[in-house]
Amino acid sequence: MSAVADTLQIAPAAAAHGYWRSVFSRLMQDKVALVFFFILVLIFLAAIFAPLLAPADPYASSILNRLKPVGTPGHVLGTDELGRDMLTRLIYGARLSLLMGLAPVVFAFIAGTVLGVTAGFVGGPVNTAIMRTVDVFYAFPSVLLAVAISGALGAGILNALVSLTIVFIPPITRVAESVTTQVRSLDFVEAARASGAGAATIIRVHIIGNVLGPIFVYATSLISVCMILASGLSFLGLGTKPPEPEWGLMLNTLRTAIFQNPWVAALPGLMIFAVSICFNLLSDAIRHAMDVTR
Amino acid sequence: MFAYIIRRLAYVVPISLAVSAVCFALLFLAPGDPLSAVLPGDASLELIEKLKGDYGFDKPIPVQFAKWVARAVQGDLGTSLATGRPVGSEIARAISNTFVLALFACSIGFTLGLIFGTVAGYFQGTWIDKVVTAIAVTGVSVPHYWLGMVLVIVFSVLYPLLPAMGMGTGGSTEWAWDWEHIRFVILPAATLSVIPTSIIARTVRALVADILSREFVTALLAKGLTDRGVFFHVVKNAAPTALAVMGVQLGYLLGGSILVETVFSWPGTGFLLNVAIFQRDLPLLQGTILFLALFFVLLNVLVDILQTFVDPRIRRT
Repeated sequence: MSAVADTLQIAPAAAAHGYWRSVFSRLMQDKVALVFFFILVLIFLAAIFAPLLAPADPYASSILNRLKPVGTPGHVLGTDELGRDMLTRLIYGARLSLLMGLAPVVFAFIAGTVLGVTAGFVGGPVNTAIMRTVDVFYAFPSVLLAVAISGALGAGILNALVSLTIVFIPPITRVAESVTTQVRSLDFVEAARASGAGAATIIRVHIIGNVLGPIFVYATSLISVCMILASGLSFLGLGTKPPEPEWGLMLNTLRTAIFQNPWVAALPGLMIFAVSICFNLLSDAIRHAMDVTR
Repeated sequence: MFAYIIRRLAYVVPISLAVSAVCFALLFLAPGDPLSAVLPGDASLELIEKLKGDYGFDKPIPVQFAKWVARAVQGDLGTSLATGRPVGSEIARAISNTFVLALFACSIGFTLGLIFGTVAGYFQGTWIDKVVTAIAVTGVSVPHYWLGMVLVIVFSVLYPLLPAMGMGTGGSTEWAWDWEHIRFVILPAATLSVIPTSIIARTVRALVADILSREFVTALLAKGLTDRGVFFHVVKNAAPTALAVMGVQLGYLLGGSILVETVFSWPGTGFLLNVAIFQRDLPLLQGTILFLALFFVLLNVLVDILQTFVDPRIRRT
């Protein structure tokens, strides 16, 4: 009875909202998503305000204090193989790790949307050219492609960003192309064309607004993959270079310490895991709220 | 049927050429000129002249590519800068170890994934479903190279039950089917199996739930078919998609095992790639990637063809 009353009360209010308002309000009702969003916000804030929060200097090493366990006075989370404070390096590490997890997806989102919408809207030989090129990159497992490009370019943050962006452009292009092809055949596009609208106007007014949502949802689901892949490249020595604090690289340099001080060595991976699971669940919640699958 | 298979097989040729082109292009991505990328540090003048001739660096790029492909087709992928041995023989030695690892990881991942997915699909919305979904989300979110480290910490450092690295006592790189060797494969295979387990569980769960909600299932039940009979129909309808996902996952295991092989010092292709990266050995990097990518292409076509045997409807599209 009360459930019926609730829907009756909510229904007109929800109908009065615009699409994005209703997506937002649905997200606000998803308690689980809110919790994980909150955790992510905290990690982002920690990354931004790292100099204020961190108890020590992320580069200051101390031969005497090497590999202290968790709970050492003055080093709450212990120290790494060069005696640097782990808590400090984990906080500073969030900066590069988040940058390398997010930036490639953002770049690939822009490039993939442009390519996919072009392919889907123009069709014909342009579509064939773009989509067959995309197919070629699909012939590589994503880890392999990232390692191939990074391995040839050499280590470095910029090179890792380039290779990860290249890895994520093809899947986003594919999604953008298929959504655009669907939208393009709808009646309102036909009507706009009949009333004399040019290609640029149709794309700007009718296509973009309708395809951006699904592409965005898909792109958010890639952030977690990108985080893991980016840290993986650093783990292989292909991303960030020492002594920069970055979770994947920290995991790599601490790998030899697992026999002396196992749990300190595992900490950076725990951070990657936490951020990646937050992004995954948040992406699921956004997909749910935007109801893209239906 | 045959027309479809031949069409799919014919597709292998252009895509393989394109994949080769991407691998060939890696030479030009490397800093410095392409010749220095394939030249050992202590190269003699004769070797420089020989490599120049082999690669044709004084010719236009399409000619260089043609020369490279012609040699690759004959199995000549160049010489490794790190070891001085032909890249082809390096790959031949490593690939069987990667296969062994992938075989174990697949056996674990496919079995668990299929069981989890089917059970969750049958009990959709119950706590069982929620547990499986949680496992699946955790499985795709966990950095598997870190999971490997944690498994080593638990099973090799804290409780010394299993070896932490290598694939045999005394750094042996020869595989044998006995407990001495299987002990070494357990941890890396378990680590590697997490992703296929999660992805297959997720896919199969959605498939089974969708099939069970179709009208024909209601009709079968109304007809008085037993649960076992209905299950047979579910399997039959879920098989093509599940098969496709498993094929792709097998390819990802073979091509994506580099991180896990690095953690466990498993002497497979991933380890080879790792050597190539550290020694800046471009021919080895290029050759291994070409081999793994071509294998991935073949595997995908094979899965497509297998699918048509399971589900004849696919052929018509």
